[in-house]
Amino acid sequence: MSAELRYPAKATSRGRPRNQVAHGPRSRHDGTLVRNPPCAVAPARAPGEAVFQLYARIAWYGFRRYSAYRAAALAGAFTNTVFGILRAYVLIALWQARPGLAGYDVADAVTFCFLTQAFIGPMQLFGGGLGMAERIRSGDAAIDLLRPASLQGWLLADDLGRALYLFLLRSIPPTIVGALLFGLVFPSSAATWAAFAVSMLLGIVVSFGLRYLVDLSACWILDDRGTAQVSLVLSLFFSGMVVPLNIMPGWLGTATNALPWAAMVQVPADVFLGKITVTDALTFQAGWAAVTLALGAVITRAARRKVVIQGG
Amino acid sequence: MIDVQEVGRTFTIRRRTGLLRRERRVVHAVQNLSFTVRAGEFVGYLGPNGAGKSTTIKMLTGILAPSSGRIQVAGLDPARRRTALARRIGVVFGQRTTLWWDLPLRDSFELIRHLYKVDRVAFRRRLDELTELLTLGEFLRTPVRQLSLGQRMRGDITAALLHDPRVLVLDEPTIGLDVVSKAAMRGFLRKLNAERGTTVLLTTHDMGDIEKLCDRVMLIDNGRLAFEGGIDDLRATAPEETSIEDVVARLYARGAPAAGQRQARGQ
Repeated sequence: MSAELRYPAKATSRGRPRNQVAHGPRSRHDGTLVRNPPCAVAPARAPGEAVFQLYARIAWYGFRRYSAYRAAALAGAFTNTVFGILRAYVLIALWQARPGLAGYDVADAVTFCFLTQAFIGPMQLFGGGLGMAERIRSGDAAIDLLRPASLQGWLLADDLGRALYLFLLRSIPPTIVGALLFGLVFPSSAATWAAFAVSMLLGIVVSFGLRYLVDLSACWILDDRGTAQVSLVLSLFFSGMVVPLNIMPGWLGTATNALPWAAMVQVPADVFLGKITVTDALTFQAGWAAVTLALGAVITRAARRKVVIQGG
Repeated sequence: MIDVQEVGRTFTIRRRTGLLRRERRVVHAVQNLSFTVRAGEFVGYLGPNGAGKSTTIKMLTGILAPSSGRIQVAGLDPARRRTALARRIGVVFGQRTTLWWDLPLRDSFELIRHLYKVDRVAFRRRLDELTELLTLGEFLRTPVRQLSLGQRMRGDITAALLHDPRVLVLDEPTIGLDVVSKAAMRGFLRKLNAERGTTVLLTTHDMGDIEKLCDRVMLIDNGRLAFEGGIDDLRATAPEETSIEDVVARLYARGAPAAGQRQARGQ
């Protein structure tokens, strides 16, 4: 190993004396390059651990990257709270006129409303790409493709870091305000809280899976704005963000509850409210997470093969 | 260290010519290209815009697979062993950055350490050395978005060298730099090559880079190798010209008839 990594001796004979260049501000530093013993020695740790460390660090940096935009996050939290209050009054009026609709009472409906507001940030319900489409368009994707890491894994880790940050800044404040103003229904058992945490995480992964597909579509159509628009409308409606999916009648209700977007709002909210069997909910979400990630992996491979990197 | 044998790369461009009719056109970005770069060499890779330089670099780094021919870089086939190769080579695209925009420079390096699995002690030593040589000290804690172009470029060079690659591929590393930064960058690269024996392949439009750094020059035009040799050989192609710019301009002009085709290829 070490023999292989050693530097070959530099060919000494140079045909031509070189012009000397002033070193500018550097010249006061009398730095020399020391010929080190070969570094890049593989760490003694198990490779799995090293990989985990890498992705954990990416996630942590994703968190920190977003924390550079604290004012934006706080403004988002404020907006989410105000809209939560407006929507809560609409839903109260609706549920007072139609008690028991969708199996919710008024308190459930108001809680649902504030949960959906809380999900907006972490699940990026109003769209919000991974930045990859822009990088494909500009050609910076070349750099991402050079890195010895999985593009999808990388972006997922980064996105989880982002989601955690937005969860803290954009999910908790509206929920607190909602609880103070309206008195929300909170799970009573620790098990439900744990199930909700897992459910929310899976929801974020499904959201990532879908947004990743939208971003990569830029490889084929050069611009993801169209797909992002379509995706925005689909995710707002089919996730349960606008109205609970349980309200939808007959086959429409069945269909919307089976689509991946339900894993982002309706299902985690129902886990929170205790309106769904936990194992069913988590299996459903994990299934869609697996499908979207697998599809993303296949498309990444196709993209690598066809990739036409923009710009010189 | 780099071995390219009869490599070609074609792109198929589809263009609408009517309401439903589409025209398919095959563009040869690179054809029948062969060259070798020995270990420890500093080679300049020249060519007019759209000549196939970037395509070659993308093939050398494994981002793009050649349509025909064979490539070996640091003992590996780039397209097949992209990840393994990434650990043996360093790449700098002067017009792009590997650094994380919102993070302090230091954090980008730390991520790269994990990415390339560089062991902590070696990383520290290497970073200290590069910090000294490239005088990064004063902005290691500054977010990349606040760096000047010269600082960012030094950061990018450092990022490409942290895992101690045997081959460094530079795509216009001095673009946009002022004369002082440019001189500093050249001084550093020469030192890296001379003292550490790092093989360097450099593409540039700056003839100063070529004159001051390269042992040998390869010139590509219309996807083919149009010239190969030392700086003196390059001058000898047009002895009546005094500046190296004019010599190279003459060589470029020779392949000029296909200028229209070239533009399409830049995509």
